Amino acid sequence: MTKVTVTGGAADVSAIDAQRSSDVGRRPTAPAGRGDRGVRPGARRGHRQRIRRDRLLLLLMVPGVAYFVVFHYGALFGNTLAFLDYVPFLGIAGSEWVGLANFQQMFGDPGFWNAVRNTVVIAALQLVFFFPAPLALALLLHSLVGDVVRRFVQSVVYLPHFLSWVIVVALFQHMLGGAGVVNGWLGDLGLGSIHVIGNPDAYKPLVVAQVLWKECGWATIIFLAALSQVDEQQYEASALDGAGWWRRLWHVTLPGIRPVLVLLVVLRLGEFLDVGFEQFFLQRQAVGPEVGEVLDTFVYFTGFANGEFGYAAAAGLFKGVIGVALVYTANKVAHRLGEQGVYQR
Amino acid sequence: MKHSYPAWQGRPGPAIRAAKAFALAVVVLLVLFPLWTVVATSLAAPQDVIANGGWVVWPQRITFDAYAEILDGGVVTRALLVSAGVTFVGTALSLTCTVFLAYALSRPGVYGSRPVLLLILFTFLFPPGMIPLFLVVRTTGLFDQYAALILPFLVNVFNLVVMRGFFQSIPAELLEAARIDGAGDLAILWRVVLPLSKAVLAVIGLFYAVAYWNRFFEAIIYFNDQSKWPIGTVLRQYVTGGADMTGEAVATAAPQSTQMAVVVLATAPIVLVYPFLQRYFVKGVLTGALKA
Repeated sequence: MTKVTVTGGAADVSAIDAQRSSDVGRRPTAPAGRGDRGVRPGARRGHRQRIRRDRLLLLLMVPGVAYFVVFHYGALFGNTLAFLDYVPFLGIAGSEWVGLANFQQMFGDPGFWNAVRNTVVIAALQLVFFFPAPLALALLLHSLVGDVVRRFVQSVVYLPHFLSWVIVVALFQHMLGGAGVVNGWLGDLGLGSIHVIGNPDAYKPLVVAQVLWKECGWATIIFLAALSQVDEQQYEASALDGAGWWRRLWHVTLPGIRPVLVLLVVLRLGEFLDVGFEQFFLQRQAVGPEVGEVLDTFVYFTGFANGEFGYAAAAGLFKGVIGVALVYTANKVAHRLGEQGVYQR
Repeated sequence: MKHSYPAWQGRPGPAIRAAKAFALAVVVLLVLFPLWTVVATSLAAPQDVIANGGWVVWPQRITFDAYAEILDGGVVTRALLVSAGVTFVGTALSLTCTVFLAYALSRPGVYGSRPVLLLILFTFLFPPGMIPLFLVVRTTGLFDQYAALILPFLVNVFNLVVMRGFFQSIPAELLEAARIDGAGDLAILWRVVLPLSKAVLAVIGLFYAVAYWNRFFEAIIYFNDQSKWPIGTVLRQYVTGGADMTGEAVATAAPQSTQMAVVVLATAPIVLVYPFLQRYFVKGVLTGALKA
């Protein structure tokens, strides 16, 4: 392995010597725009020489890049389906080009608008409930002094993040189902029963509760990290000025974690329509499409149950394009607010 | 973290501390109690489960009959083996490809690395849709192949960015010293970078493993052969197909404890590896999140 770098010969060695004495290890601050490797010799040489120099690293990139080309860019190309009356038997080349007909059908389809409405409502509910809960939990954890208790609670609340949706749904059915644990207790107490699982009216609160149960703990990680960055002296100063717990929270803590809050809201707004697929796929049948259909399940059932692949691809592409627009807009807003956002300008 | 209350704050009163303890207890119970009743029900004797209306909190007589039944070489046994195999092979492949790609992209000025990075980051913005991805999987001949559960998810952009960020945080002096000692790129990766990256490798390995273990939907659309289903897909049959879990009527006991045993077996591997990797979480997640 060690032979590879020696191929450059004498020129390389002298370059290494020169660099060792000057800017070794200053990789991040290496002059911008040079396009060379900073710590590596042989900067402004021809393409072929640079490829030759980096051939091992380029080789390492091959499997990963091949994956992205095939499964991401291949799929991107597969979006042409949205403009076809796709017949699997005929393939992309053989299917008829129908232009925007699939999109026209989509915009006139009440089922599609129903899915959009459900998606937006669920996303909004998630946005409203999902930020305060982890923040409150993080504040609670942050205020704990004992390391042991804190570690234990953290271990417990991170766990549901790693369970699959199948398991989470099974647990909720086990707890809240008609013959579930909670109804058993209510029955023992003579309080009647609650109808949650399979009840269309309770569906939206149920799915939000499931997301909270699964992800609330995990989401505290980032809040806890932000809270530990808040300047301790500010707390001290405000406490000396007579600020109580609530005022310290409002005037010190929240401003202190503002960048993280903005970042998280931007991220969430960017993927507003991604309410999740598996959770809804598992439970749609129990409550019916009227309340249970979201955009992703609409794509699935149109494509795989009804076999309208072109139409389903059009709905998927629509969601993807809106998603990109949302990320872009959310970042613009973040930049306006003087925050970094997801990517920098 | 701090071990005592800061001077400006003082020790909170007993009422506040009691309220905090109560809140924490509620949170912990909300997470653990459902898991506990599932384990308890899977271990309870069928008569006791019936007598109690389909579930128990504390099994009177412990029996492993439900486990013996489903581990006796049937559908669930096979599905568990499929999941284990897919998880093992998939995690190994994903981790290898992610390390290679992250390493090559973490070294400054590698030929073509900037366009490649942009190409990859763009996919984060526009993830492949379900239907087009289905088309790709069909075109590449992965139908009814276990590879269909692995290859379409080989490299996760988030994991890649986390790992690249971690590699970049390794002091360049170390790499330079190794280079001067005559180490090539692979030797540097193997002897310098990877030994320093155990934490991030553990976290990202866990992320990949959990994702592979939990994946169930893809088998529904990519596999005609149901004997190749992983555990998640089989469990879904129990969850959405088993009317007794959702229905109003009291469930018959045998399927109930069997169902719960399947849930336990599908959860167990995650709960078992979790404590060993948990201490790396924060480090792994944050290096990535802040670098991204």
